[in-house]
Amino acid sequence: MISQLRSLWLVFRHLFTPRVTVEYPDEKPYLAPRYRGRIVLTREPDGSERCVACNLCAVACPPDCISLQKAEDENGRWYPAYFRINFSRCIMCGLCEEACPTYAIQLTPDFEMCEYDRQNMVYEKEDLLISGTGKYHDYSFYGVAGKAVVGKDKGEAENEREPVDIRGLNL
Amino acid sequence: MSSSIFIQLVNIFGILTTIVLLAALLTWVERRLLGFWQDRPGPNRVGPFGLLQVVADMIKLFFKEDFIPRFADRPVFVLAPTLVMATMLLGFAVVPFAPGIGIVDLNVGLLFVLAMSSLAVYSVVLGAYASNNKYALLGGLRAAAQTVSYEVFMGISLMGVVMLAGSFNLRDIVAAQADGWFVLPQLLGFVIFFIAGIAESHRLPFDLPEAEHELTAGFHTEYSSMKFGMFFVGEYLSVILISALVTTLFLGGWLGPWLPPLVWFSLKTALLVCVFVLLRAALPRPRYDQLMQFGWKVLLPLSLANLLATGGILLWLQ
Repeated sequence: MISQLRSLWLVFRHLFTPRVTVEYPDEKPYLAPRYRGRIVLTREPDGSERCVACNLCAVACPPDCISLQKAEDENGRWYPAYFRINFSRCIMCGLCEEACPTYAIQLTPDFEMCEYDRQNMVYEKEDLLISGTGKYHDYSFYGVAGKAVVGKDKGEAENEREPVDIRGLNL
Repeated sequence: MSSSIFIQLVNIFGILTTIVLLAALLTWVERRLLGFWQDRPGPNRVGPFGLLQVVADMIKLFFKEDFIPRFADRPVFVLAPTLVMATMLLGFAVVPFAPGIGIVDLNVGLLFVLAMSSLAVYSVVLGAYASNNKYALLGGLRAAAQTVSYEVFMGISLMGVVMLAGSFNLRDIVAAQADGWFVLPQLLGFVIFFIAGIAESHRLPFDLPEAEHELTAGFHTEYSSMKFGMFFVGEYLSVILISALVTTLFLGGWLGPWLPPLVWFSLKTALLVCVFVLLRAALPRPRYDQLMQFGWKVLLPLSLANLLATGGILLWLQ
């Protein structure tokens, strides 16, 4: 009996406690920059595409919602001919972002992407590409990678030493 | 003569429509209050403070398919939800809202209300039986078991009030409380009657016939559309009826200083309705053998002792 009265009193006191509901469409909660929402493809600081079409994101993707095709430009750089994410399958796990060696694919704090037509959930490369660098402002994959492309030979990347000529060493 | 008939008609229709509308509004009140007690806002989207939620629910219920299962006992199935509303509304006929407001002035008003609220259990039992559904039948069984355990002490707990007032007439009972509400001399009777009233209106913690966590929806599992709506309005009507009865019998009815009588009556009734909702928010449901044990082994002896003590003291004072 006492415990019943006590629980009545405890519940009654909740009349004066602030409510915990966040009334979402009116009141948007803070989402951290690292929130895993809509996926974007970012660009390098000089404005070129970061994605090198290595397919690691597509391999890492648990629901297999990423599809892309490698192509190569006249400078020897790889880029995706098409890059397609089916957001009706995407589970926003962020494994593609973890797998990406070039910081090209990134998740953003936006999740309001409802559509009336299911086909509209399939985002093409032009829908995914943004004009900025996303979360990593100064990173440029070819700038630090050892791969030779036109305009940058081996050993010319940032913080990179001259390649060792293994035949020139008298071991 | 014709003017008195007119006043009578205004009384009848005014009270009945107000009561039914209030019962519908109570769905919103209950959900809002439950929300506050659970640290959330409750329905607040439709209209100011969500008040029009009632209208939205009504429209929704009216346009739902009115489904009667093929295996149901059709006439009884249709009759059952009307019973609870009819008996509850009849029960309001004798409630004295204020001097001059009230439908009839029966000299056995208290017995009439008890009879009507007891008849309402037929609605539950018949509805459950006619549904021809196992969950519904279990709900109906529980309703019957619950009824036999609380109806007895419900009546006995009120006899103390009747002895103090010397009348079964609800208006006389209110008038007898002019120099002190009966809640003080009859505190035990008040508590026992309130507990019985919760069981009577099948509200949590005694909503065993419905028990949505165990019996899907208990006795109204098979009901849909407005038939379901009528069960619900009936339940809220009985909440208001029990609150109004407690107000009349123990809390001095319309009596009170400064404010007009009707306001006092409404305030006390509304407070009790809020207590009903608070009970729902706070207390878990007992097993139904626990409820029966509690009724027969605790509350019945207590109410008998209360009856004996009240009678003895009254005789001693004379």
